[in-house]
Amino acid sequence: MLIDWFTVIAQLINFLVLVWLLKHFLYRPILNTIDAREKRIADELADADSKRAEAEQQREAFQQKNTEFDQQRTAQMNKVGEEAKAERTRLLEEVRQESDALRSKLELALKNEQLSLKDSLSQRAREEVFAIVRKALSDLADTSLEASMADVFVKRLDALADAEKATLQAAFQELTEALIVHTAFDLPKKQSIQITKALHGLLGDGVAIEFATDAHLISGIEINSHGQKIGWSIADYLTTLTKRVNDVMLSHNTVQDQSPELEKSQEQAS
Amino acid sequence: MNLTPDLIVYWQMGFLKLNATIVFTWLVMLVLVVGSILITRNLSNNLQRSRWQNALEVVVIIINKQIEEVGLSQPQKYIGFLGSLFLFIALSALGTIIPGFEPPTGSLSTTAALALCVLVAVPLFGIQEQGFGSYLSSYTKPTIIMLPFNIISEVSRTLALAVRLFGNMMSGAMIIAILLTITPFLFPIVMTLLGLLTGIVQAYIFFILATVYIAAATRSVKTQTQKKAAQQPETQNTNESKL
Repeated sequence: MLIDWFTVIAQLINFLVLVWLLKHFLYRPILNTIDAREKRIADELADADSKRAEAEQQREAFQQKNTEFDQQRTAQMNKVGEEAKAERTRLLEEVRQESDALRSKLELALKNEQLSLKDSLSQRAREEVFAIVRKALSDLADTSLEASMADVFVKRLDALADAEKATLQAAFQELTEALIVHTAFDLPKKQSIQITKALHGLLGDGVAIEFATDAHLISGIEINSHGQKIGWSIADYLTTLTKRVNDVMLSHNTVQDQSPELEKSQEQAS
Repeated sequence: MNLTPDLIVYWQMGFLKLNATIVFTWLVMLVLVVGSILITRNLSNNLQRSRWQNALEVVVIIINKQIEEVGLSQPQKYIGFLGSLFLFIALSALGTIIPGFEPPTGSLSTTAALALCVLVAVPLFGIQEQGFGSYLSSYTKPTIIMLPFNIISEVSRTLALAVRLFGNMMSGAMIIAILLTITPFLFPIVMTLLGLLTGIVQAYIFFILATVYIAAATRSVKTQTQKKAAQQPETQNTNESKL
């Protein structure tokens, strides 16, 4: 008989024991370990997925921020550029205005300098001209000329209008001191008497008359007393001439000064 | 030369006896259990793990996958029984390369015990899955006339399991023994290799057949319940349409 029933029973028990032992020591621990590992791997994968998603999200956020920052930077750059441009224009305008002002100031100063130079030149020229004239006339003047002038002086006294004569008489009437007649040179006796006569004829015989020389007169006769002056001299002529020339120069300068202002006002109006 | 290791008796006291089948079974059990304990003592669930753990994991995973492929959706429930069957038979077959080793599966008593285990396990798992009445009614499918044939089939396939394994293992051992007497050197080595292959194939066959039986016992009702579940919504729909 190939089957031994005791062995069969024993093997049955053996096998059941083996099943229990292997279940306890082999399958359960191994399967648990595998499950734990799979769970761990799944967790790690999920964690990696979530981290990747988070990283992706952060990357997108960062990219968005970067784009915004770029845009802001571009806007700021544009704004700063515009401001710099405006500032440059403003500064250039300011500088241009300043330079214009300075230039006009310089022009004015130059013009003034030119004018003053011109003035001084004309003044000097006048003075030189008058000095030459004065010298020439001084050189020409002598006693005979003086005598001639005394004649002319007497004639002029005679030719005075009655009203003028009355005024002179009234002025010199109350004169207590002697009336001094200034001449450039000592008059010859004849002309002195002639003048004395003429004056006595005009003012009366009671008036004392003295003669004095005055080099400033160049040539001529002058009577000064109580604010009244009767005279005829080359110095007077020269004084009158100088005064007139100065008046002419002054009026000319005034016209020249006014003409640039007129031009300016016309430009502004246009 | 003995036809079965049952005949090699080391110790006997009345009905009780200690023969080579039982001793070598214990040896195989010892190797399996001690090996398992040693390897699973320091299990690591990290990516770094020992080679023995890797090997054991590969074996367990392959068994698990095979059970799943046959059709048992929860292999963890069955791996204790089916995996132990495979490992015991396979290790017994592998042991034949050790001189003096008597494979316990070369004893009809052992194979009969294993087949009886399958015979009992199939209805047990079937009842656990489907319930007692439902499982028993599966013997009367498709008609009541099939009941005796189903029972005969159940018994005969158990007998076939036992005899097939015994025949293969015993014949392998016998052939090697006979060849050793005729051509002592080269040829027995080739036959030993062939015997190893046969032994592993037999282990696989025994394991897969047991799995198929259990799967058939648990699945027959599942398909019925699925059919019922599929029919119920239809009837509800028709009722609603009537209303």
